[in-house]
Amino acid sequence: MNLQESILKLIRKASTDLSPDVEDAIKKAYETETEGTPAKNVFGTIMEDIELARKKSTPICQDTGALIFYIDLPVGDSEQKYREAIENAASQATELQYLRPNAVDPVTSKNSGNNIGKNAPYIHFHQWDKDEVRIRLMLKGGGSENVGTQYKLPDAGLKAGRDLKGVKKVVIDAVTKAQGLGCAPGIIGVGIGGDRMTSYALSKEQFFRKLNQRHENPEIANLEEELHTDLNKLGIGPMGFGGKTTVLGTHIDYQHRHPATFYVAISYMCWAYRRKQMIIKNGEVTYD
Amino acid sequence: MINLTTPIPEEKIRELNVGDEVSLSGTIVTARDAAHKLMVEEKPDFIRKYLEESVIYHCGPVVRNENGQWSFIAAGPTTSAREEPYQSDVISEYKVRAVIGKGGMGEKTAEGLKKSGAVYLHAVGGAGSLIAEKVINVKDVFKLEEFGTPEAFWVIEVKDFPCVVTMDSKGGSLHKEILTKSQQKAKELIGI
Repeated sequence: MNLQESILKLIRKASTDLSPDVEDAIKKAYETETEGTPAKNVFGTIMEDIELARKKSTPICQDTGALIFYIDLPVGDSEQKYREAIENAASQATELQYLRPNAVDPVTSKNSGNNIGKNAPYIHFHQWDKDEVRIRLMLKGGGSENVGTQYKLPDAGLKAGRDLKGVKKVVIDAVTKAQGLGCAPGIIGVGIGGDRMTSYALSKEQFFRKLNQRHENPEIANLEEELHTDLNKLGIGPMGFGGKTTVLGTHIDYQHRHPATFYVAISYMCWAYRRKQMIIKNGEVTYD
Repeated sequence: MINLTTPIPEEKIRELNVGDEVSLSGTIVTARDAAHKLMVEEKPDFIRKYLEESVIYHCGPVVRNENGQWSFIAAGPTTSAREEPYQSDVISEYKVRAVIGKGGMGEKTAEGLKKSGAVYLHAVGGAGSLIAEKVINVKDVFKLEEFGTPEAFWVIEVKDFPCVVTMDSKGGSLHKEILTKSQQKAKELIGI
């Protein structure tokens, strides 16, 4: 097993080969929309694009996003080895046009040209007890990132208190404000509790879940269902053209909060919901 | 489906209405954040002849260079809202007839479209591979070194590029309509 080559394959798959759970949801949405509407046509175009990208191994979307890696490692494994392999693979993937150069220095405004820069790609390491390595990758587009937001409960304007009802209200508000700008229909990740930083992190980690796999806590699972139904009543539709499908998925998680704070972070993922994972066990690599 | 080919005369643009589906062909120019800032602050002439009676495409493509010839690999639209402070000035300065992007634009641009005789065309966001197939030739590129690949001005020839008119030159906007309706529904759901 060559680590760099395996990671390059992970990047290629993430950028060009949309996962079956997402593709199925898009096909279902196409069936739901009314014949002859812009919404239906948008889904038709999206389905063509997904197939073409897979066939030609070209990016589903030209915004191949920020590269976000989450790595789970056995005790004693080296972080440096993975960091180096990821940087080399990202640079190679840029040369092969699986990725667009997306790392810009905010001081000089210079694009590094190879997706490598300060804290880019972003890599989160976590040690676990298993004797295998899991590398998860999400490609997070900039347009959808720009519509992500964070609320501090209570919110007087929305009459949102410090409870799950309040959470529901602010999520509806956030998705309404996003309109079609994040490339609707989106997948919504919600992080309840924690501090300013960890609530955003939690909201984004929800994108590693299988689409609409419900939370183990029945109250949260119920909230996910209710919100999903309500958000699709907004009528924003694909691209914000109007229609029945405003979101493809709604994922929520929670963490304990400080008594004085109650944050709700909302991350938005575009329909081009690109995330893949690879497991390395006994020198063998499997992808999902 | 309405066929449009650049250069597009103003009369033809003034006939378009929100909801019209358009198939666009001819030479157009990609421009996004750095390019719009430059066009307003410095009004450069190098891009003038390509923009007159033509189209700006909000897009930062994935490109390939084989033996000196560029081609587009993925090229869907980027969010247009970021160009709101600049767009109407760019349209009037360079006599642009249409802007292609995603997500729509605001009041200032809507006024500019009315005044100058231009429309906003919406492409399908995320459909990068598909739209790249409609780019049949890359004719030139400006500011590549300085701005980087996504931000450069790419002069491209497109054929049958599918778009929908979502803001016309009469003040109509699908985005405004959907925003109003969805805000009403949100208020109902939130209970305010």
